[in-house]
Amino acid sequence: MENNGPFLSLKGVSKAFGGVQAVLDVSFDLYKGEILGVIGPNGSGKTTLVNLTSGFIRPDRGTVSFKGKNITGQPPHKIANMGLTRTFQVMRPYHSLAAFKNLIVPLNSPRVKRTRGGRLGDLDAVAIDILEDIGFERDARVPYKPAGSLPLGYLKRLELGRCIALQPEVVLCDEIFSGLSMSEISSLLPLMERLQMEGVTLVMVEHRLRELFRLADRVMVMNFGEKIADGPPAEVMEDPEVRRAYMGRETS
Amino acid sequence: MEGTKTRRKKRLDRSIKVRTEGIYALSSWSEIGYLMFPRALLIVGLLILPFFLDLYWQRVICQAGIYALLALAFDFLAEFVGLVCLGGALFVGAGGYISGLLNSTFGWHPLICIPMGTIGGAVFSTVVLIPALRLRGIYFAIVSFMLPLFAVYIIIALSIFGGTEGISALDTLPNTWVEIYLILSVVLIALFLVRRLVNEDMGLILRGVKENDQAVKASGISITNYRIRAVFIAALLGSFGGAYLSHLYGWLGISLFSMDFSILPIAAAVMGGLGSLAGPVLGALILTPLSEALRGFGQLRVVVYSVILIAFIVYKPEGIMSWLQRKYQQFEHWEEV
Repeated sequence: MENNGPFLSLKGVSKAFGGVQAVLDVSFDLYKGEILGVIGPNGSGKTTLVNLTSGFIRPDRGTVSFKGKNITGQPPHKIANMGLTRTFQVMRPYHSLAAFKNLIVPLNSPRVKRTRGGRLGDLDAVAIDILEDIGFERDARVPYKPAGSLPLGYLKRLELGRCIALQPEVVLCDEIFSGLSMSEISSLLPLMERLQMEGVTLVMVEHRLRELFRLADRVMVMNFGEKIADGPPAEVMEDPEVRRAYMGRETS
Repeated sequence: MEGTKTRRKKRLDRSIKVRTEGIYALSSWSEIGYLMFPRALLIVGLLILPFFLDLYWQRVICQAGIYALLALAFDFLAEFVGLVCLGGALFVGAGGYISGLLNSTFGWHPLICIPMGTIGGAVFSTVVLIPALRLRGIYFAIVSFMLPLFAVYIIIALSIFGGTEGISALDTLPNTWVEIYLILSVVLIALFLVRRLVNEDMGLILRGVKENDQAVKASGISITNYRIRAVFIAALLGSFGGAYLSHLYGWLGISLFSMDFSILPIAAAVMGGLGSLAGPVLGALILTPLSEALRGFGQLRVVVYSVILIAFIVYKPEGIMSWLQRKYQQFEHWEEV
């Protein structure tokens, strides 16, 4: 059943908000198990691209296909049930619920019910296991604390945990490293690597280039809604157009 | 600087409160008693209350029960699903008309018509509210407020279901005791079930929809689907109230769609304490008899009533319930700073 075509593919996707062309004619292919980095200056359409791919925004033109199926215009929950989910740039957990109770939501999705064969068992235990697995210290009772009281580092993990609970095939991470300290980031990096080893395909929208380049197999650069480069990290950063767009004009 | 000593209120949890919460096992009767007492007080209090009342006040309590169900429904939707629903009148009207019409058309016993009216009214209310579920905040509130008005004008314009006159001489319940204990037990059971529901998986998902609907969508769950279920549950409560009401007075008419059913429960919920579920029920059980007692003031009743409400919003915005809870769970004393 394994097809050799791209796992996730965007073809000529465009989206305008009023007069602002947020994303213009972007195409890319993503293969199973890859980590694709997406970089670009502020306002270059990276988050819109995530929204378009995950179904939160419907594209004006172009098609999105996932696992060989056209998913353009499908609602986000249907796309998530196919195995494509995302994190959000602004961390807004279900703040009144205990951290582990946040995972009860994805654990009740049709996708998880299907894969677990209807035998759900003790979802609380499953949720706590997932959180412990991604670095919530059980002894410190962190999983039981209200999600609204957690520091940012834990919120980012919780956001990833929410995705992991869905048993995803593709996760789009929207600036998962932003706002974290170096040490917090270096504790997240192995987690991302492990996700990749477990066969999860990742798209990482990032501003933190150094950390991204350690992970990404391929980097795509956006500027003013257009894709201006796509290739291995080292190669892309040598591209003169990228240097101009992303790091400013070189002085002579 | 003399005379500038300020005071502040210091609050400390009672030790028994700490011992009875969270993961600690209950180890004595006093701890069990501490937890059970407020619940038992409400249940036993409500169940013996009718013995101390005359017929007139028993009727008032029956009405208060209807408002308690509506306040519970409002609190559930507003605080646990994120839908501000002003459609109490829609639920009552739909339930009341369906139950009453079944009774007047087929002559079925009220105890058969009421459950059918409850479910039928809830299905009807949910179906007409579905198009509005995509709307958020104030827009959903406005649409839910308009729908009962539509219903009234449709009934008047088409002269159906008895038109403005309504239909009278419906069968009533066997006697006053059945009337009063039916509504009181339904209120208590509904309160128990809704409190359970909000901590079940479904309730957690609904709270997720309220707090971050985007994340719920990204978790593969259709928020419309869950909102529909939540509205249906709230509508069941309101429609039972309506179905019961039409058999309480043996009459159905356009006043079943009266704005009171949309507005008064909100006042009760605010007074009782939003988000506590038991608070709004308590609020309705206080506010309805109060509004009845103020009948002597004639038109001034509304003024007195409004003043009480404003006083609550300004001085006790937390509501009766959380105030009581605080007194029960904490020591308070003034401390000089």
